[in-house]
Amino acid sequence: MNEFLAEAWDARDAIVGGLLQTLSISATSIVLGTLVGILVGIVLVYGAWPARLVCRTYVDIMRGTPVLVLVLAAFYMPTVLAIHLTPFEAGVLALALFCGSHIGELIRGALQAIPRGQTEAAKAIGLTFSGVLLDVLLPQAVRSLLPPWVNTCVEMVKASTLLSVIGTGELLLRTQEIIGRNFLTLQFYLLAGGLYLVINFAIEQAGKALERRVAYR
Amino acid sequence: MGYTLNFAVVWANLPQLLWGLVLGLELAAASLLIGTVIGLVGGFLSVGRSSLGRFIAATYVAVVRNTPLLVIVLMLYFALPDLGVRLDKVPSFITALSLYSGAYLTEVFRAGLMTVPKGLVEAGKSIGLTRLQISLFVVSPVMLRNVLPALGSTFVSLFKDTSIAATIAVPELTFQARKINVESFRVIETWTVASAFYITACFTIVALLRGVERRFPKF
Repeated sequence: MNEFLAEAWDARDAIVGGLLQTLSISATSIVLGTLVGILVGIVLVYGAWPARLVCRTYVDIMRGTPVLVLVLAAFYMPTVLAIHLTPFEAGVLALALFCGSHIGELIRGALQAIPRGQTEAAKAIGLTFSGVLLDVLLPQAVRSLLPPWVNTCVEMVKASTLLSVIGTGELLLRTQEIIGRNFLTLQFYLLAGGLYLVINFAIEQAGKALERRVAYR
Repeated sequence: MGYTLNFAVVWANLPQLLWGLVLGLELAAASLLIGTVIGLVGGFLSVGRSSLGRFIAATYVAVVRNTPLLVIVLMLYFALPDLGVRLDKVPSFITALSLYSGAYLTEVFRAGLMTVPKGLVEAGKSIGLTRLQISLFVVSPVMLRNVLPALGSTFVSLFKDTSIAATIAVPELTFQARKINVESFRVIETWTVASAFYITACFTIVALLRGVERRFPKF
């Protein structure tokens, strides 16, 4: 145990650095993915059929392919097309596209679950399309969206570990490097697992607090 | 650009890719089976009377669902030997995926158990069945039918998760694709075909499950 504590203290920079990298990968891909997802979700419900077809194809491809395959494809593919991405950029690209497809589906479901009468009433009092969407539908959709959105955030933090495969120095890769030096395999994997647990638990609790805030009162 | 598509290498390695796909399906099926057993135990514990049982089930679900699958896989494969448990690649991965799916299925079965009408349990009691008999022969069949869609989507996501086995060199589809990729550098072709395989498999599974769901009427 003392040996582990000493080694962990020696490796503190690597662990903290990895942790920050994990957080920044997750946060970036969640933000980008949410933006893509909102757009895709709205197009899936209200778009003209060619736009719907494009978005449907995008969503189905992303959701039918494992994240690891997306990460590897985003890492290898751009190079042959003479686009040079760092492992970080390639990984975030893959995660954001994956996240966007999931959130797009969530938003489509949430929008379609709102009773038609809401849209009709909003049109009847003369709101334009953007008024209907922004002032009537989206605020209602947020309530049903929040729990699955928080779940998606947790999934993204978990998926960020896959970037270790393409050599992004996030928490898991840092942990593997530390283990490669001191062979305290079990201890350091438990430490990494515990840190992920803490991050995701914090996200869950923050999500629950947010849910209480936007709940009907 | 100067990149011309050439699928020849990929077609030459088609058998490996297909066997990789089959191996992935087998891994997912084995994990779903073991995970279902774990999930049934966890599900009954989490709606049961014992507070210790509920606590154990809730902790298991919270810990496993918030830990990345890759970390669980690596831990079981690389760290368990430290404790004297040495598993081969495939059994080790199946154990990891079963533990992982068990947590998700515990939640699925818990939700399913709560939708079973109370009248059924009461009817079971009134004809003199024991609690175990009610659980096994009255509640479980109804619950299993009700959770069939959720079980199906769990299988699809487990199948996608089998790609993670590539990181401990289990020769499934992603591993094979990666091998072709680094040997031939036919990057675009390899990943397009691999992802097409995954997508086709996923949609086939979903279509088959819809058929199964139609055959058994919902309670």
